[in-house]
Amino acid sequence: MADSQLRRTLLFVPGNMPSMLQNVPLFKCDSVIIDLEDAVNHAEKDAARNLVRRFLENWKDRNKEVLVRINPLYTKWGRDDLKAILPERPDAIRFPMCETPELALELDAELAAYERANGLEVGHFGILPSIETVKSVLNAYAIATSTKRIFGLAFGAEDYTASMGVARTNSGEDLIHPRMMIVMAAKAAGIQAIDSVFSDVNDMEALKKETELVKRIGYTGKCLVNPRQIDVIHEAFAPKREEIDYALEVVEAIKQARQMGTGVISLKGKMVDAPIVKRAVNTLRVAFAQGLVATPIDEEILNG
Amino acid sequence: MAKNSLGREIPETFNGKRYMPYKDPHAIVPETFHFQRASRMLKRNYSGASKVVGGLREAIIASGLKDGMTISTHHHLRNGDRLLNDLVKEIDALGIRDIRIAASSVHIVHAELIPYIKKGVITALECGVNGPIGEQISKGEIKCPIVVRSHGGRARSVISGEVPIDVAFLAAPFCDEYGNFNGFYGPSACGSLGYALVDAQYARKVVAVTDNLVAFPALPIGVPQNIVDIVATVDSLGDPKKIVSSTTKLTKDPMGLQIAQYAAMVIDSSGYLKNGFSFQTGTGGISLAVAGHVRDMMRERKIKGSFGCGGITGFFVDMLEEGLFEGLFDVQCFDLKAVESIGRNRKHQEMSAGLYANPFNMGAVVNRLDCAILSATEIDVNFNVNVNTESSGLLLHNTGGHCDVANGAKVSIIVCPSIRGRLPMVRDEVTTITTPGETVGVLVTERGIAVNDHLPELKAELIRRRAPVKDIRQLHDEIYAVTGAPKAVEFTDEVVGLIEYLDGTIIDTVRTVRA
Repeated sequence: MADSQLRRTLLFVPGNMPSMLQNVPLFKCDSVIIDLEDAVNHAEKDAARNLVRRFLENWKDRNKEVLVRINPLYTKWGRDDLKAILPERPDAIRFPMCETPELALELDAELAAYERANGLEVGHFGILPSIETVKSVLNAYAIATSTKRIFGLAFGAEDYTASMGVARTNSGEDLIHPRMMIVMAAKAAGIQAIDSVFSDVNDMEALKKETELVKRIGYTGKCLVNPRQIDVIHEAFAPKREEIDYALEVVEAIKQARQMGTGVISLKGKMVDAPIVKRAVNTLRVAFAQGLVATPIDEEILNG
Repeated sequence: MAKNSLGREIPETFNGKRYMPYKDPHAIVPETFHFQRASRMLKRNYSGASKVVGGLREAIIASGLKDGMTISTHHHLRNGDRLLNDLVKEIDALGIRDIRIAASSVHIVHAELIPYIKKGVITALECGVNGPIGEQISKGEIKCPIVVRSHGGRARSVISGEVPIDVAFLAAPFCDEYGNFNGFYGPSACGSLGYALVDAQYARKVVAVTDNLVAFPALPIGVPQNIVDIVATVDSLGDPKKIVSSTTKLTKDPMGLQIAQYAAMVIDSSGYLKNGFSFQTGTGGISLAVAGHVRDMMRERKIKGSFGCGGITGFFVDMLEEGLFEGLFDVQCFDLKAVESIGRNRKHQEMSAGLYANPFNMGAVVNRLDCAILSATEIDVNFNVNVNTESSGLLLHNTGGHCDVANGAKVSIIVCPSIRGRLPMVRDEVTTITTPGETVGVLVTERGIAVNDHLPELKAELIRRRAPVKDIRQLHDEIYAVTGAPKAVEFTDEVVGLIEYLDGTIIDTVRTVRA
């Protein structure tokens, strides 16, 4: 499911904290992941599920993408989570511990069954699997292509380092390999690569560096646990002035090409064709979200 | 009872004095009402001898303080002040009764005065209060008529003689035997003596009280010998470490940071953030976070501002030293870094409360302010702001410079969380009006920005920048959708206090809360 949804920041919000949930509409992240899994201790699973259901029921003007992280289906809570949450129509399920394509297909079947029973189009709910163990890293491409619901792969570094038996560092050498594997699998499958949480919420400089690094290798988004990290990540993902100027020129050039009845044109001696236009449109989409250009890009330009 | 222009019932007389109801921010022109500068008797001192009379008791006796008189102190040591408490104890010990307190402010530490109110030593407060005294007055537990004034309004009332001060007892951290003093140095250094400068000029008797008698002359002079009658010595004026009243760290609360970011966006959109920019902000995590954004924008765009103003924090001191402002106008130091700076940097200017904000003169510093960040305990859909009472109805805070700055600054920006506890902060009507809505420019909450009608260009610019601009009623409705409507606090008809606007008219009253 290659989509054009902007997902620079996916903020985890604990499902058992009313004060945080109340502020979900106000956070400036692109997506929110309401957590029923790790953030909620065993004794509170029921209460959190009810709280999240009521919150989603009352949040009428949804102004961002909503994911719910359910418990794995092999736990006793996973299916109850789905039963409680799906009627409130989250956009997608964040699926933890997705180690194999079979596990993804199991969730796919659950969602399809619900969709059929409730008159929804099959494929209505998306899936964002967590790639957070060595096994899931090795299976990344198979998972990414297992169902069309999957629009991205989300790296989970904490569990990954635990499964490798190494310590996580702020410098990130320990994560080079899985990061490369995941981004390649995602790109090969035509979906988004989303990086792990950066857990030191006081080190904004290191967060900025890490975000810039993952941007360079192809990631388009990052999960986060603290709303204070949103701006830093958005700024790191924001295109530079010259990238924006170039993208505007590309769009202008392709418009002229279309008028002349062709899909290819030369700009400053370089060929502009569909992939270049696509990249320009992506740049301008992020630039608009960041307030760096005044008007949204007309994405029809891609279909010329 | 008469209704003022904001619909509040105002008594014609209070504690034996007549007051005018508030009409609009420009209604009172001193020339029309024949307001004059207060005068005091000229005196002649043939002697060059020391003016030190001994301790507080000797000074009270020497000042001629009698039953029914008015005294003042300054609050530069804020919650670390000892003088007012010690002074009232001595006044009581001397058997003097029926004293009016016209301090520049009263803090939580002064809860020690409550027994003396009950005893009849203190019978009126010509100043606003912070903390338990106000709380007990609004619960009807103690009787002591109170008139709350802004910093500028207090300066006006002292200068015009509306509140004649018989004896000013002024804490003098660096003082010589002939009465020259400043607040810059010594164990009780508090920095600027901005409030005391007014009292020193206009009180009938001036007593400098020091815990740090230095060799003549105490330079640089803040208050000069020629207006000081008496010098008294005490062990300690208080604890300057307690000057810091609220946090000096930037907030980490995501919603607070959101508010700060929106407020910075308002300043950026105002058109004033360029060379010559002038700015005031208070303490507190959100205000400092706004100041942080302003500093970053000034740095990035190489903007040289004109001045920072108000209560001054270390944050402003850093901005001055970085060259982001030409200078600072300091009516009171909010932390010890500011205290240290004012004693050594001539561009960190001590400013009297009259220069700061008195409306009746040839121009106060607030008139030159571009943008100011102000707080609120509540705001209503007409932008009227309350900073005196809380939603409980209790009088807990003094006005500070709130209405002075709102009236003076070109863009006054109220920063306020939309919900506190479980209560909505944007109300149909505020419990108490401190600052009239017509002088408020913008309200910033984490749920959006409301711009008052008199700033249409700022509103258009914010919309152009895709800021979350909302009508204030829409904001109100959104908040009420979360909180529901709280039950109204019930008040009795007993007026126990007045809220005076900066021009001396009465903008609201304080009534006792029905138990």
